[in-house]
Amino acid sequence: MNIYVLMKRTFDTEEKITIANGKINEDGAEFIINPYDEYAIEEAIQVRDAQGGEVTVVSVGNEETEKQLRTALAMGADKAVLINIEDDVEDGDQFTTAKILAEYLKDKEADLILGGNVAIDGGSGQVGPRVAEQLGMPYVTTITKLEINGTTATITRDVEGDSEVIETSLPVLVTAQQGLNEPRYPSLPGIMKAKKKPLDELELDDLDLDEDDVEAKTKTIEIYLPPQKEAGKVLQGELADQVKELVNLLHTEAKVV
Amino acid sequence: MARKVLVLGEARDGQLRNVSFEAIAAAKTVAEGGEVVGVLIGESVNSLGNDLYQYGADKVVAVEDAKLSQYTPDGYSQALMAVIEQENPEGIIFGHTSLGKDLAPKIASKLGSGLISDAVAVEEAGGNLVFTRPIYSGKAFEKKIVTDGLVFATIRPNNIAPLEKDAGKSGEVSTVSAEIKDLRTIIKDVVRKATEGVDLSEAKVVVAGGRGVKSEEGFEPLKELADVLGGAVGASRGACDADYCDYSLQIGQTGKVVTPDLYIAAGISGAIQHLAGMSNSKVIVAINKDSEANIFKVADYGIVGDLFEVIPMLTEEFKKLKVNA
Repeated sequence: MNIYVLMKRTFDTEEKITIANGKINEDGAEFIINPYDEYAIEEAIQVRDAQGGEVTVVSVGNEETEKQLRTALAMGADKAVLINIEDDVEDGDQFTTAKILAEYLKDKEADLILGGNVAIDGGSGQVGPRVAEQLGMPYVTTITKLEINGTTATITRDVEGDSEVIETSLPVLVTAQQGLNEPRYPSLPGIMKAKKKPLDELELDDLDLDEDDVEAKTKTIEIYLPPQKEAGKVLQGELADQVKELVNLLHTEAKVV
Repeated sequence: MARKVLVLGEARDGQLRNVSFEAIAAAKTVAEGGEVVGVLIGESVNSLGNDLYQYGADKVVAVEDAKLSQYTPDGYSQALMAVIEQENPEGIIFGHTSLGKDLAPKIASKLGSGLISDAVAVEEAGGNLVFTRPIYSGKAFEKKIVTDGLVFATIRPNNIAPLEKDAGKSGEVSTVSAEIKDLRTIIKDVVRKATEGVDLSEAKVVVAGGRGVKSEEGFEPLKELADVLGGAVGASRGACDADYCDYSLQIGQTGKVVTPDLYIAAGISGAIQHLAGMSNSKVIVAINKDSEANIFKVADYGIVGDLFEVIPMLTEEFKKLKVNA
């Protein structure tokens, strides 16, 4: 099995977020593998271990992304590819990323491509289906179970809490939902081995793309933090009175019931 | 600039979802005086046309085929591309639902267009259509515009108010023919796990429980309160991890994002992971034994107390309120 994983390096959104010069301030922030992509990496490793083959983790990013790719290798992926767009693309969007990934993948004869269903920073969830469409491949999003039997894939998909069982044939692209698996932590031997595994770096030129081919279709014109909420009202007194007061406040002050 | 804008009318259990009416309202803004075209896709959907007219659609078209009885990316994209070819729109709006999230990027890719996902507002400002959307799990917002191609967006349920319903309106539903074939993903089975009744992501009231609920049975009083308020029950990751409830109820960074008018958090400490899924709710009520719990920092109203005492009392008070109303 020729397996590819699409990975994004993301800001850890459990961090405090501040804005500097109109952008999210990244100074000193912790960066991680997008949590949904971790499920994808774990699933790819499990499929390879069961079926044989090779797992290649691909990321569109900058040179800092090497760290997260090494973590993926330490988890057990075989190869990593960094498509470094730092010098070529200033403000890409999902069109940009998908176009680059599809261009890279088009001659790779992948049997299975996995990604997270959404990244916790940008939150668009577009790149997986876009890449599949450009490769002419079927896709299944937000999956919680994957079984492969020969060239048939039986997939369980989360649909707003309900589950759909879907059958399709390889090659297919899937995006991971929480519940798919428990991603492993890299082991110490894994970390040592990862240092020797291949991590290739490409730029747009290597894919015969230039900046115009991947120019974003949308643009962010402002980033801002939500207004600070004022401290709420913690009610006092006898519990029964508090409950009456709360219902009254919700009815007359907040007007939500 | 007047635009023709398509809106996908998304049906569930034979009824259009509220978010489809909200999408019509968003489409009106995007259309800037142009025509809003409602699109129905399914096996037998023509009868839903009047609902789209009553919420503001100027025209309704439908693609009907037995192969469209269930959503598949291939079937729906073939149907929608046939409509796009006929109507030649300058804008498209879907709900940011499971279906919208799955289908919109495929259509955008086919059209070579951009896509603004999960918008919570749209307005015309300085000659641009400006979409607002949450980023970084709702801890920040961005304003986005389309710089090239058609205006394509998905909108988050419960954020853009639908237009007032005009119950007197009705109109024709014209059929668009499309060849639906070669579906590459086949739905073998659908397992319904989501709770009956009100959909969590579209609910106006959410009553959510955390580890403080202590057991599966502990959710019962929360369900009763939700029923009285016509709302839905949700949960924190802690409660799901502890097996008190199904993961389909989970609200948070992993799980669902909800923005109801009223969010009642019972026995939830307020971890960042949870806040990411609910902090943009309009009014938040926290009920927790621990007065230091983080949830009180985002709550509008708080009661420090045992949820098993407070929730049943609240249910009774709301019942009285409903009777008196």
